[in-house]
Amino acid sequence: MIDWCEKCEEMMQPFLDGTLSQAEVAEAERHLDTCHWCAKRYKFEERLRHYVRVATIEPMSLELKAKLAALRTPLN
Amino acid sequence: MSESAPSTADTRRLAEEARARVRFEEEALELSDQVYRVARRLVGTREEAEDLVQQTYERAFRSWRQYTPGTNLRAWLLRILTNLNIDRGRRQQRSPQTTSLDTEAGDYFLYNKLEAQVPDENPDEERVLERLSQDSIVDALADVPHDFRDVIVLVDIGEFSYADAAQILDIPIGTVMSRLHRGRRILKKNLADEAVPS
Repeated sequence: MIDWCEKCEEMMQPFLDGTLSQAEVAEAERHLDTCHWCAKRYKFEERLRHYVRVATIEPMSLELKAKLAALRTPLN
Repeated sequence: MSESAPSTADTRRLAEEARARVRFEEEALELSDQVYRVARRLVGTREEAEDLVQQTYERAFRSWRQYTPGTNLRAWLLRILTNLNIDRGRRQQRSPQTTSLDTEAGDYFLYNKLEAQVPDENPDEERVLERLSQDSIVDALADVPHDFRDVIVLVDIGEFSYADAAQILDIPIGTVMSRLHRGRRILKKNLADEAVPS
């Protein structure tokens, strides 16, 4: 017996990265269509990735921006 | 008169080069927010990130001729930045190899832990995600060992392709993928630790 939830857990990262084969994607989707438990965890992972991207933004200081701009070759 | 022709050509060539240089510098500066964003998470402090970005631009502007127009400039800048970061001796302070414990938990581990803290029966995933504060994410990421964190920062935060990340870090693409897989699990384990009061 295949434990489909366990298999789906293993496939989650490559699934969201888009690195699974078409056959594997179909296999995962078949299970996700019927398994609310796994589907929820996939949705969570997707949201988590987005949240990590947003939560870690720290804007660059204006001082640094000015320093970088000053590195430009002066126009003659 | 015969001498003025080459000098005109020279002048034209110099003018073209000056224009190419200005264009390069402008394009590089337009990417500075994105470069800083990645740098900030590759190193521990804001000061280090600022130094690193400044040095990166100094070096990039000096060696601009080595950049091939039309290729990924952001990846080229990040390659300089990671090399400078290594030169700063970061490798010496690399954290020891993590124990097996951190990745034993599977990819559903964090969700399961967080869901258990939400009082409602069968909460939706947004409610579960709310268990994580912005600070807890920053801290959990900072606690991921360097080798794994570099890959997460480039791919998940910098949105670089596996191929670009491999080139920037000078490691095989397979290593990028395996570190990413394992690194994300370590991150989730750290997040679970941050969110769940022991």
